[in-house]
Parts: sequence; structure tokens; C-alpha cells
Amino acid sequence: MSLNAVELMGDVSPAPRKNILDVQGLKTYYKTRLKENVYAVDGVSFALEEGKTLGIAGESGCGKSTLALSLMGFYFPPLNFGSGSININGIDIMKLNKEQLRKQILGKEIAYIPQAAMNALNPTLKIIRFIEDMMKEHRPDLTKKQVWDIAAERFKTLNLSPDVLQSYPNELSGGMKQRTVIAISTILNPKILVADEPTSALDVTSQKTVIKLLKELLDKKFIKSLVFITHELPLLYHVTDDIMVMYAGEIVERGSAHQMIFDSLHPYTKKLMGSIIVPEEGMKENRLTAIPGTPPNLKNVPSGCRFADRCSYAQEECKQGDIPNRYVGDRVYRCIFDPDTLKEWYKNEER
Amino acid sequence: MKNADVLLSGTNVVKEFGYGKKKMTAVNNVNFAFHEGEIISIVGESGSGKTTLAKILMGLLKETSGDIQYKGMPRQFRSHKDRKKYWKDIQAIFQDPFSSFNLFHKVDKLLLDCIELQGLKLTKEEQFIKMKEACAFVNLKFEELFNKYPFELSGGQMQRLMIARIFMLHPKILIADEPTSMIDACSRSTILDMLLKLRNENNMTIIFITHDVGLAYYISDTLCIMEKGKIVESGPAEEIIINPKHRYTQQLISDVPKIHEEWNLA
Ligand SMILES: Nc1ncnc2c1ncn2[C@@H]1O[C@H](COP(=O)(O)OP(=O)(O)OP(=O)(O)O)[C@@H](O)[C@H]1O
Ligand SMILES: [Mg+2]
Repeated sequence: MSLNAVELMGDVSPAPRKNILDVQGLKTYYKTRLKENVYAVDGVSFALEEGKTLGIAGESGCGKSTLALSLMGFYFPPLNFGSGSININGIDIMKLNKEQLRKQILGKEIAYIPQAAMNALNPTLKIIRFIEDMMKEHRPDLTKKQVWDIAAERFKTLNLSPDVLQSYPNELSGGMKQRTVIAISTILNPKILVADEPTSALDVTSQKTVIKLLKELLDKKFIKSLVFITHELPLLYHVTDDIMVMYAGEIVERGSAHQMIFDSLHPYTKKLMGSIIVPEEGMKENRLTAIPGTPPNLKNVPSGCRFADRCSYAQEECKQGDIPNRYVGDRVYRCIFDPDTLKEWYKNEER
Repeated sequence: MKNADVLLSGTNVVKEFGYGKKKMTAVNNVNFAFHEGEIISIVGESGSGKTTLAKILMGLLKETSGDIQYKGMPRQFRSHKDRKKYWKDIQAIFQDPFSSFNLFHKVDKLLLDCIELQGLKLTKEEQFIKMKEACAFVNLKFEELFNKYPFELSGGQMQRLMIARIFMLHPKILIADEPTSMIDACSRSTILDMLLKLRNENNMTIIFITHDVGLAYYISDTLCIMEKGKIVESGPAEEIIINPKHRYTQQLISDVPKIHEEWNLA
């Protein structure tokens, strides 16, 4: 094993081009009832260039939703900001107060669709009311009629019937409800859309309609960048430029979607890719690779590599000290082993 | 599956809901024959009638018309006793594993119930061994779990516990209705492999219900594609995936993103 000094540049990302989102050293935590701090986002750094799309994957509980929520700069109990910085389109949002955040950032610079948002719509309100409420905040100058026209126009452009505006949430099918939520959230043309598991509760047929809508928003430039959270890797493969994998509150690897799926470096990514199930000839013979054990409890994370306990390649030195990031071209991963060593192991395993 | 005996079959099974103008046919003249030790997937989008058919198979809903045969005889529920007897042979797991448990019972109680259900009289020692064995089957450690409440477990762990129960009850037929749709891809592969193990080791017949033709292909011998209450195509999983004949099957396959093929989003 060689620890190449050039690869170990520490925690600085390569020189930024125009980043629409730039997160450095972000730590956020939940304060539990027992007054313990659970760091669900624990030292996360990444950037997203304008016009690019990023997928976030990882096992349940690894902190994907917490990261998404943290990006909004909107902290309310039990979630707390710890340290780090969040820059959205050049604005350091942690320097803003709640009022400024709501007026200047949310919905305009960045829009966020929480996991299960579609089932949280107030069932007693017609869809148009959600849009009116949103406009009241950002465009109080508009009349109801004008809001209606804008909404109807947008829905038409996105191949959604304007009749939906007059419906109540429960009158819509799951897929339609989710598309409606997305259309509403992006009506102010936010630069970034953060969508947390927007397709996970839907059947594959409705899933596809939601993916199409996201693509359309990008094509029509209603949004510039997308952060898409899901544990369905084949979806990310077709939707996002890059994929980032989280494990126990940390980012363990990031690379292009193609690299991550077909040429992953981190042993955890490699295992995740082994859980992919697709209806392709020959898939049946490829037995899946289950990952033994469960992720560590975030109240009490092990030192060294957090995945070491479940990693079949782990050695004693994996369990000590800080694991540095390694940079290989545009990719970054967090493991003490160099790419050649890892690839050699993976090759032997396939035989 | 040609060499195995037919275990559960149906001819012209129909289920209608409502009356007059509001009448809708959820299951429309369906025919099937499921063999011993076979894994069958019923695949279709939401509202296609999969769950209704599953409930009929379980004996929870009565078919409007048609015949169902079990072990070569007409399946008839003349009394509650008939139904109870049938339920000894058929078990189900569902999408939300937390919905089917008493959330105030600890894990060991949930497993003890299975021993009781079977009417077994065991010593404490024997019970312990049985529960430990069931947990080991699904890669859970009984020693770490027995004293926990369901809400202290993750969705994946809970679903595995459900399978541990199935392992203890060893029914002839297991109906699994979207058992992995609420858990992440990683735990999903574990669950699917455990279902395969149940079949391989206990020759269980498994009826797997899903909207995802990819999962169906991975786990099953046979696929039944269901659209608007009808089975529009059925046959060996491999054949259907490689050469789907019905337009709806083709659509379902194209709806799932693959990794060695383009995904047509037009
Ligand atoms: N309100 C809360 N209070 C305390 N801890 C929480 C809270 N919400 C989440 N957590 C913990 O934070 C960690 C990260 O959870 P998070 O919901 O961000 O994961 P996730 O990756 O989005 O998972 P999933 O795939 O299930 O959506 C978990 O350990 C979880 O138990
Ligand atoms: Mg989440």
C-alpha cells in the first residue's frame, strides 16, 4: 500500500469554477431528549457548479435528509447548526437572519422538497392556495388573478393540466400529487432544487413521470441545478451528473455517475452498487452482495473509518485517527487505500 | 416448475366492488396455477388489482365468482374452523412491517407468539433455541434484540424479524405484498435473498407482489403481469424479461431505469 503524498491534499476541494452551492466543513446535530448531541451531518464539504446535477445516496439513517434540511439554513429544534459554511450563489446564508433567509433565499435561490412532502399537503386547501401563499411572501404586488395566470401558464408548460389548481390534494393520484408539489416549489425559478426522495413512495410508472418533470425543469431552465436524494442508484445514474455517497454523517465518495456505478473506489460504494437490481438479462445470476451488520450509532461513532466494522478489507490502521480524503482527478473518496490497491482487490473478488 | 405439484390455483376468478353505476371490477377473470416451491411475482402499477388478488388468495376477501383450488381440492370456507386451518398454511408479510405487530410487545414476545400459534409445548430452553435459530436465519442477533420494542428497530430489521416469524411458522405459502418498498436498496437485497433462502431451504411457495418488474425478475421463477384486473402476460421470468410480448409488459420494463441501457424519457 502506498500513501502517495500528492493524493493526500487534505480537506480542500479543487479550485472552484462558478459554484452555485458551496458547503464547507458542515456539522449539524440533533439534540435528543436525553440532551445528547447526534451529529447526523459531520464535517461535510462539497460544491455544485451552476448547471450541474448531483445525486446523494446512502443507507437509511446516514444523514441524507438532515443534510438537505441543513442546506436550507433553517434550523429548528431538535436540529442545530454546529459549524461550517453554506454558500448559495455566493451568499453566505449562515450570516442571514430567519427573515432575510425566508425573503431572499428560500424558494428563490434554493427550493426544497422534503421527503414525504406530497403527503403533508393540507387536505382542506385547493392547490392554487399553496401557490398564493408562496407568492404573498415573494410577490405581494400580484393580484389573485395574476397569480392564477402565472400558475396556469407554468402548469401548461410542464404538461400538467391547470385543472389541478382547482383540486384538493387528495383528489390527485400519488404521481400527480408529487408533480404538483414540484411544480409549485419551482414556480419562482429557484437556481437550485433540492428534492428528497421525490419518487420513493411511487410505483415505477409514476416515478418515471416525476423524473421526466425534473428533466423538463432543467431543460426549460426553470431550475439551474438539482440535488436529488434517493437510494435508487439506477435513477441517479440517468438523472444526475455526479453521485455522492454518504455514510454515518460523512461523505465517503463522490464522482461522476458513471464512475460511481461502474468503477467505484470506496468499499462502501462498491457494496452499494452490488445491491442494484434491474430488469436486465443475466441479472438473475448475479447474486446481490449484502453488507453485513448495520451502520454505527451516530451517538457513538467509532474512531477512524466509520465503515471499517463492516468492511471486508479493513485493517487495524483503518480504525485509528482521521481518515484523509483522497483526490483522483475529479473524484474524491475517503479511505486509506489507494485506487490501485482497491481495484486489485475488487478484481480478485470477481473471479 | 413443471415437475412440482400445483398447490394453489384459480379459474375465472372475479372480484367486483360496489353496485350499479359504481361497480368496478378489481380482479377480472383471472386464471393461475402456483406450484409447490415456486416463486411467483404479480406485477402491476398501483390500482391494477394485485393486492385485491392477494387478499383473495389469503382468504381475507371472498371472490365474486370463480373457483379456487388448494392442494387439488376446491377451497371452501364452510366454517371459521376451515378458515383457521387454511391460515395455518398461508402467511403474509406487508409493505409496512410495523403495521402488523403489536407495538407494545417486545421482540421475544412476538417470536414466542409463533411458537404458541403452532400449538407447540416447549421448555424455556427449547423456546430459546428456536427463537435464536430464527433470528440467525435472518442475520439478527436474538441476544441483542429480545428485550427491544419494535419502534427501536429500523424498517429493515423489522422486516427481517417478520421473515424470522415466517421461518418459525413455516407455512406452505407466503404472500409478500411489496415487502421492500419502504426500505432502502441495501436492506432490500438482504430481504430478497432471505426470501430466496426460505424457498430453497423449506420449499415454500412464495407469491411476491410488486410494481417493480426488476425486483420481480430477480426473485421469481414465474411472472404474472397484471393490468386493470387482468393477467395480461405470464410465464417464466427470464423469458418475459428478454422477450416481453404484451404492450403493458414492455411498458413496465421500460419504466424501470437500467444501467446498461439508455432510459427513454421522451
Ligand atoms: N428529529 C430527530 N431527532 C433526533 N435524531 C434524528 C431526528 N431525525 C433524524 N435523526 C437521526 O439522524 C440520523 C440521520 O437521519 P436522516 O433522516 O437524515 O437519514 P436519511 O439518510 O435521510 O435516511 P432515510 O433514507 O431513511 O430517509 C439518523 O441516525 C436519525 O436517527
Ligand atoms: Mg431521508
